[in-house]
Parts: sequence; C-alpha cells; structure tokens
Amino acid sequence: MQTDGLSQSQTQTLSPPHGTMQGYDPGGFFCEMLRPGQPPHPTLTLLMSRLAALPIGSLRQRAIDAERDLLERGITFTVYSDATAIDRILPFDLIPRILTPAEWQHIETGVVQRVRALNMFLHDIYHERKILADGIVPAELVLKNAAYCEAMVGFDVPLNTYVHICGTDIVRDETGEFRVLEDNARTPSGVSYVVENRHMSLRVMSDLMTGLRVRGVDEYGLRLHQVMAEIAPPAVSDPQVVVLSPGIFNSAYFEHVFLAREMGVPLVEGRDLTVEGGKVWMRTTAGLAPVHTIYRRIGDDFLDPDTFNPESMLGVRGLIEAWRRGAVAIANAVGTGVADDKAIYAYMPRIIRYYLSEEPILKNVDTRICAEPDALAYTLDHLHELVVKPVAESGGYGLLIGPHASKRQLEDFARLLKADPANYISQPTLKLSVSPTLCDQGVRPRHIDLRPFAVTGKDTWVLPGGLTRVALKQGTLVVNSSQGGGTKDTWVLA
Amino acid sequence: MMDTIATQHTVHLIARHAEATIWLARYMERIENLARILDVTNTFARDPDDTRNWLSIPRINGDLVAFNKRHAVATQGSVGAFYLLDAGNSTSVHACISAARENARMLRALISTEMWLQINVFYGHIRALNADSIIPEHFTAVCNMLKDGAQAHTGITEGTLYRDQAWHFYMIGRSLERADQTTRLLDTRFHALVPRTDAGDNIDAGHWNALLRAAAGYHAYRREHPNGYHPQEVACFMLANRAFPRSVGLNLGRIEWHLSQLRTSYGLRGMAAALERLDQLNGTMTYEHVTEVASRDLSPFLDYVQREIGALHQDIVATFGG
Repeated sequence: MQTDGLSQSQTQTLSPPHGTMQGYDPGGFFCEMLRPGQPPHPTLTLLMSRLAALPIGSLRQRAIDAERDLLERGITFTVYSDATAIDRILPFDLIPRILTPAEWQHIETGVVQRVRALNMFLHDIYHERKILADGIVPAELVLKNAAYCEAMVGFDVPLNTYVHICGTDIVRDETGEFRVLEDNARTPSGVSYVVENRHMSLRVMSDLMTGLRVRGVDEYGLRLHQVMAEIAPPAVSDPQVVVLSPGIFNSAYFEHVFLAREMGVPLVEGRDLTVEGGKVWMRTTAGLAPVHTIYRRIGDDFLDPDTFNPESMLGVRGLIEAWRRGAVAIANAVGTGVADDKAIYAYMPRIIRYYLSEEPILKNVDTRICAEPDALAYTLDHLHELVVKPVAESGGYGLLIGPHASKRQLEDFARLLKADPANYISQPTLKLSVSPTLCDQGVRPRHIDLRPFAVTGKDTWVLPGGLTRVALKQGTLVVNSSQGGGTKDTWVLA
Repeated sequence: MMDTIATQHTVHLIARHAEATIWLARYMERIENLARILDVTNTFARDPDDTRNWLSIPRINGDLVAFNKRHAVATQGSVGAFYLLDAGNSTSVHACISAARENARMLRALISTEMWLQINVFYGHIRALNADSIIPEHFTAVCNMLKDGAQAHTGITEGTLYRDQAWHFYMIGRSLERADQTTRLLDTRFHALVPRTDAGDNIDAGHWNALLRAAAGYHAYRREHPNGYHPQEVACFMLANRAFPRSVGLNLGRIEWHLSQLRTSYGLRGMAAALERLDQLNGTMTYEHVTEVASRDLSPFLDYVQREIGALHQDIVATFGG
C-alpha cells in the first residue's frame, strides 16, 4: 500500500472501470464515485484504483465476515412475526460513500440552517403564530396536524431548542445537486450505524482507507451528552442524564443501548422513573435519585399517560407537568412532529426565508401539495411520472412510484388520492445518485441517500458524515431498512 | 474511602439492572453446573443401575415431575434431550442461555461489549444443538462446549466488567448460584449414598468421585484427604471448606464481602435483613457443626440451607432490585 500513495495517483486520470469495477455503468445517474462532469478528485481516483484491484472473491469473503460480525455483535434490529422474534442485521455494503470537504461543508451549513429554521418555526407556532398570521403556512395545516401538541402552547423550552437531535434525509439528483427529502425531528434513528459502520470499515476494509484522511465519527456521544447537560435545569451542576427506551423488545433497542453507552448514562424504561414532589427520579439501588435530562426514545403519545395516551405502559406519569415546571429537560421536545410532517416539508423553503431572511442552502425536492386544487390536477394528470406520498406515513409505506406502477395500480391510487387529497403530496421521480455496491453480479451502481445527524443545544453540531442508506435491489429507489435497504459507511474527507 | 474522582460524580445503578445482573450471573453459572453434572454422570457414574444415576439429575434440579411427564425412562438419551435440547423445559441449557441473554440484553449498556458478544455467540451455539449432538459419541464434546462457553463468560467477566456496583451484584449472583448448586448436589448424592456407606469406606468410591467431580472439587479433595472418603469429610469439604471455590461457606463469605462493599463504598442501606440471615447461615458452616450434622442425617440441614439461600436472594432483590 505504501507505493500506492496519494501523490502518485494525483497525476492519474480516470480510466474506464476495470478489474473488480469491470462492467460498472451508472448510466444516466450521478455516480458518487465517478462524478461525471466534475474534475477528478485525487482521493476518489485513488479509491477507485484500490477498489478495482481488490479481487471480487476477497470482497465477497469480507462481506461474509462483516455479516457474521454484525450478527455476533448483536448490531441488529428485531423483527416480530407472530410469537417469534428474529434478530436481523441491516445489510452492510463494504464500499464506502465518499463526501469531499466542499460537499460536506455545503451539507453541514445547509443542515445547520434548516435546524435553526425548524426550531424557530416550532417556537413560533407554539407561541405567537406569526408565520400563520402572515399567511406563509396555512394555519389549518399546523393547527389541525395530528402531531400538533396543544400541551406545548405557551411553554418555553430551554434555549428555545425543540429539535435537539435532527436527522435530515438528503438525496442527490442526476445533476449532483443535494436536495432534502425529509426532516426527521422526532426521534431519528440510525446514528449507531454510522459509528458501527465505521468500526466495521476499519475491521474489514482498512486497506482501502490506508493513508487517507477521513473525519472521525466517535465524538457523537460526547457532543450529545454536552447538549443534554446544556438543557438541564440551570441550578444543577452535575446533571443526571438518562436515555429512556421502550425496552428490549423495541426494534431500535440497539440504538438505545448505543446512545446510553456512548453518553455513559443509564438506559432506563418508564418503570424505572417516577415523578414525586414535582421532580423526576429514577429507582436505583440506593433509592430514588434525581434525573435532570431525559433523551427519550419513546413517541410523544406514550410519554406520559396523564397528558397523552392514558393506556401507555411505557411512559412516566406526571412527566410532562414536571417538564413544564422546569424540573427536568426532555429531548427532543414534545410536539416536534408537526415540523417534520410531509405537508409542512413543502413549505420549508418559505419557512427558512421567513425566519432567517436567507435562501435555503439545501434545496427541497420540488413538491406539490395535493390539498391545493392546481397541484391535485397536475398530480392526477402526471401520476405515471410522479412519486406520491401520504403525509402521515413513514418508512416508505403507502407511497406510489408512478413510473414503476401498473395501469391498474395507477387507477387505484388516483381513487385514493381524489378521496383524500389533503393526505398527499407529489414529487417528480427522483433520479437518485448511485454508488458502487457489491451485488451478486459484481460491483454495480445502487441508489443511495444520506441522513446526517445534527445535535443542537446552544449551537448546532453536525456529525461528519451520516447514515448512507443503499437500495440493494436493482432499480429500486426505496432505501428504508424496513423495505430491504442496507447501509454504507460514509467518509467525509478531511 | 473512595478516591477523589469517584466522589465527584455519583454513578447510580438502576435497581432493575442490579436484579438483572444477579440473574445473568446465576443463569450462566447454572449452565456450567448442568454441563458438568451431565458430563460426570455420563463418564464416571456408570454402574448396573444406570437409570438411578441419570434420574439424579432431574432430582437435583427439582424436575422429577416435569421429566417423568416427558420421558418414561431416565437414560443418557432422555436426560440429555431434556436438558440439552428441550426448549420447553424451563431448566434446560436452552432456557438458561435464553434467560441469560435476555438479562444481558437489558444490561447491554452496562456490561462490556465483549461479554455481550460472547453470550450472543454462545446462545447461537446452544440453539444449534440437535438430536445428533446428544448421541453417545458427541455427548462429552457438547458438555465441554457448554462448560467452555460458561467459563469463557466467567473469564471475560473477570477481565472486562468494570468493578462498580454492577460487578458486586454480579458476584453476589454467582455465589448464590454456586452455593445453591452445591447444596443440591450434596443433597441428592447423600440421599443416594448414606445407606450404603455401612459396608465400608471404599465401596462407594465411584460415587464420591462423581459427586466431587460434578462440583469440580475432586483433585482438591484428594489433596486434602489422601486417605479415602468419609461422608462427613465430603460434607465438610463442600459446605465448610473456605478454599474450595464452590463450597457453600466460601460463597456465603463472598456474598457477605460484596454486600459490605456495597454498603461502605456506595452507601447502600437496608441490607440488615440479608446480613442477619447470612450471618446465621454462615455460622452453621463450620467443620464441627457439619461433621456433627452429617453423622446423623444431612438432608434436613441441606433443605434448610437451600431455603435460606433462596430467602437471601429474595432479601437482596427486595432491598435493591427493581
């Protein structure tokens, strides 16, 4: 590897895919490795040549090793069918996704801007509602939104931060432009995979990384804890932070373990906490001990049976009242779901301009709101070329991908759409960028997206990189883990 | 006194986690004991009445009713199937590793990643056992695999588990299980042996061998007592000896030490009942007392010890558990 230095390859020009890369053809999609139309980046060129030189048999063996490693380490999510629980891994593709320093700076500043706007929007709609009065966002879209939370009205959260942890789903179109697909402002998952994927890369692909300067991802727990301490009640000098999980049966339990472990704080369940004398306590071997900040991984509805779903066994009775009195901090705040709603998403560029008087650094995907008659008419006319999404769903369920749908499916969907237009938005079919991915046929282009994680207290910090999800099936655009997607390590070059 | 770093930041232990830690240790220890007794029975306890030997294992574990419901005769095959393969049997290694893993999963943010990884892999090996694993020519290898897995766990825990409160509770769980298992072992074997000792010291050498091997104490016992077996001496070795890692006395002493550490280093309170019970029980684990009891009938005493160990677990969990 020593002879394969950076300086030597800088003089190389991009040669057609050879070796293990033989037969790799991204077609009309933007390839994150080849970068058509951009000057060759020396590190990418070097990576391509290293990759091409790795025998496919070696890659496959490494993939098998990685898979076994993930299973043995229990880096898994649990799927429940009937009475049986099966541990599944999120398939890991060995070939990293690369972001150049300039690309990362663009994403980072764009994410920071977006999180700022989201927090200002949330503060506004739960206080003065200026943005609604000014007619920028339709009032009913906010106030009648299922995720809008009455209990939040007039309540000042610490540092005016509602979204402490944000996962922004970003895709890249055929021109190489980054576009935001979705904001995840409730309890975004996946950061554990960012870190574990890096560890996996270091274990099985270290020869690919030799000599490269890739930004580290191990800081996350420290940064997160710092923010959790920042938002704790001000009188407390050494705040007790906990991660609140629904428990071992939750499919994202590994993520919860990871978060607690990386912050060095207890992983608790609702039954471990109690509210007494207006304060929140945890049940320890030494009796009740005070809790000052809760990073909760439980949905709003289940957080406190006194305020929300009275049937909830997962939450803590009286928690919201204690929060409102300032005895404890909760991250993310309750009621943030209204900001990451797919209907509100369409207004995000206007929301950014309204609060920040800036142009959005990261563009949205062009989005039509079917509640608006023109948009509905256009969507119905162009159904076969659009992606139509129900606004209330997540995880890639219930959406129509026009170009892939049969005539019958299009007709059925048109009926659904006409019956309840307000429930849908439509977007052009995205030509998502692709990245070289190890497939049965060899190394082939597969579609990817990116979810960077932003942590916000007084300021916003973005973990360099993020979760790159890859649609492993040829031609498919859906990268969700629940729909057969996998992940890649994301390398931000220093 | 704690050092200065520790006093600056109090690390609490969630009560529910303390309890899960005790259970994790107990289930892993149970697997080792079960594997050893299956192996020893298979190897050393051969005599014309094979059934009686094999039946002693369900008896030790209080499983006679459940076993008889499933199997007509106690043989290497039926007892092996019951303990190594039967997921429906709540005392099988299958059930033990599942319970251990469930507790480890709850504790994943607390225990070392290496502990979790090993338990997870071990779980996979146990789940992969099948009818072929218990045929005579594979039986010893499977028992060894189980012992190895449980001992690897013990070693990894020794080398990687941070020694704060959780470690103390873990060690309490391990000692509770060892004391309990030794008492059970002694109980059934004495039950089977005592009436036959009248015939002479060496007639039952094979049985004493098996008993001591099942507790991993054979060679140590030989060293202490090179002249042969005496029931009272065996009883003393397993109950009152303070050097034998699985003696009841040693383990009660360990529990006492860990409880006192929890009190002095972590300020845990409310353990008076447990300490009182421990003190009384430990007071009976002397050579004089055990020799005296064993010269009459050990069984009622062993029943009492077993009940007290169970009560001790309850005391500790009631005070500190979730």
